[in-house]
Amino acid sequence: MQSFLAKYPILTVNLAWWLFWILAQTIVLHRFGWSWEVSLTDATISNGLLAIAAGVTENIYRFYQPGSKNRLYRFLWGVVLTWLSIQGIQFLLAHMFASNIEYLTFLEKSVPVRYMFALLMIAFVTVTSWLYFYIREQQADKSRKDDAEKLLRDAELSNLRQQLQPHFLFNSLNSISALAGSKPEQARKMIQQLSDFLRGTLKKDEQQLVSLADELEHLQLYLDIEKVRFGHRLNTEVSCGEEAGQMKIPTLLLQPLLENAIKFGLYDTTEEVSIRVVAEAKPGMLHITIQNPFDAETSRPKQGTGFGLNSVKRRLSLLYARNDLLNISQKETIFTSTLTIPQTSD
Amino acid sequence: MIKALIIDDEPLARSIVLEYLATYPEISVLEECGNGFEGLKAIATHHPDLIFLDIQMPKITGFEMLELVDNPPGIIFTTAYDEFALKAFEAQAVDYLLKPFSKERFDKALQKWLNSDKNKAQLATQTLIDNNPHRQSEEQSRVVVKNGSNIKIIPVHDILYIEAYDDYVKIFTKDSYHLKKKTLSHFEEVLPVADFLRVHRSYLVQLKQITRIEPMEKNSHIAVLSNKTQIPLSRTGYLKLKEVLGL
Repeated sequence: MQSFLAKYPILTVNLAWWLFWILAQTIVLHRFGWSWEVSLTDATISNGLLAIAAGVTENIYRFYQPGSKNRLYRFLWGVVLTWLSIQGIQFLLAHMFASNIEYLTFLEKSVPVRYMFALLMIAFVTVTSWLYFYIREQQADKSRKDDAEKLLRDAELSNLRQQLQPHFLFNSLNSISALAGSKPEQARKMIQQLSDFLRGTLKKDEQQLVSLADELEHLQLYLDIEKVRFGHRLNTEVSCGEEAGQMKIPTLLLQPLLENAIKFGLYDTTEEVSIRVVAEAKPGMLHITIQNPFDAETSRPKQGTGFGLNSVKRRLSLLYARNDLLNISQKETIFTSTLTIPQTSD
Repeated sequence: MIKALIIDDEPLARSIVLEYLATYPEISVLEECGNGFEGLKAIATHHPDLIFLDIQMPKITGFEMLELVDNPPGIIFTTAYDEFALKAFEAQAVDYLLKPFSKERFDKALQKWLNSDKNKAQLATQTLIDNNPHRQSEEQSRVVVKNGSNIKIIPVHDILYIEAYDDYVKIFTKDSYHLKKKTLSHFEEVLPVADFLRVHRSYLVQLKQITRIEPMEKNSHIAVLSNKTQIPLSRTGYLKLKEVLGL
């Protein structure tokens, strides 16, 4: 029984529904003075035909969802079905009890009531089945859409991560190669740093939130490697209070901004370069500012819309559905990116 | 003695070239430079025979630096990753070293250069520079010029027009012009096609700088630029301009 219900839920509900009405009508007719036999036959035939009409309606809506413009058709269909069922019921009952004059008179008199009942039934079934299939289709639609969106998002995120910077990687290896000859201890240390950094980049789940302190620790590896590459030309200054350090940030969100800052800082000027990262805790928000020098006169006009910033913007809008979380500004020779990360209390 | 320079913005990258060169007593490194500006100065001072040149450097790339060198010496390019440059190297058979490179690979490149026909090598390098490989990756967004020892980077959108001038071109910006040893056809080729139009045998104009077109005597026309400069239009130039501007 349980498996039957699970396998054919709609059929089970329908059967129960119509059995209930057969029973109800039988009792009502019996109380009006008809024999059990007559009452049961009348109730079974009446509700049986209505059940067939309802089943047809249900199956129509299962495969065909009329638009709102077709309301009229829906209504007319209901009326036609009602009329047909009543005709059928009258015809069958009149034949079955052809010799029972008293019953035939009752049948004749009760037609308006039967019409009312049939109309209500058909209307009810029409509305419920239409609603049922409509909602089911909407749900299927939604889950399809959700799936597509999730796929897209995953692909996009992994794509962004794939932008491992070959330039950074090979230059770092070249530095290690140089150190291996003259300062093997330092070469070993740099291999360690580079490995830790790459491992950290690879194993992180893009959706994951980590504490800013952890993220900065990861980025410190990157900064240390860059410092070995560029020697005294690169200075970095990272300031982060304890409260800000505890706050959460999506993994690898800062990295492209920092890469950007270093890239434009180092490739846009020939002097020493200072990169500043300042994190501040605000109520419900984490504010991070990254500053690098640049040359307003010669910097390429496309700067600032580079890959790094775009990917961060895209991620922020995917994660927080907001477009105002990353702001960039250029003042004299300083380029500033300001990042705001909303903190959810969980 | 062979005079050499090492131009690379990473100290360790320079040090490894220096280290590998220790086995070549006939090659002496006169200077190490951290960017293209220093490189140009050093080239002018030392007239080197050979340069180990990085491509990605601050301010100007190795290619842009070479554009400003008359008769470039032998070049061995060193680069970590630059797919467009690599294609160009292959095309011109110019040797290059991919970082990190081994001593063996370094020796091979150096031997090849030592044994090469220097004139032929120079020609290949010159062709390479003329077709700045980075242009294939993106439309040129700036032009590097040199006034004496002064290097200037002109963003393309600041250019009003370019005029042919013997073996040179004059690149006009709002307040001055700069000479560069290139042909007008070269710029017609490398500047964004949608923004620049050759309106005359001797003139290439940035379209958005044109404020109006005026008739001159005898069916000829001129274009007036945003700074009031009048540029003569050839007959075909006038027709092309009318078509591009949708007149």
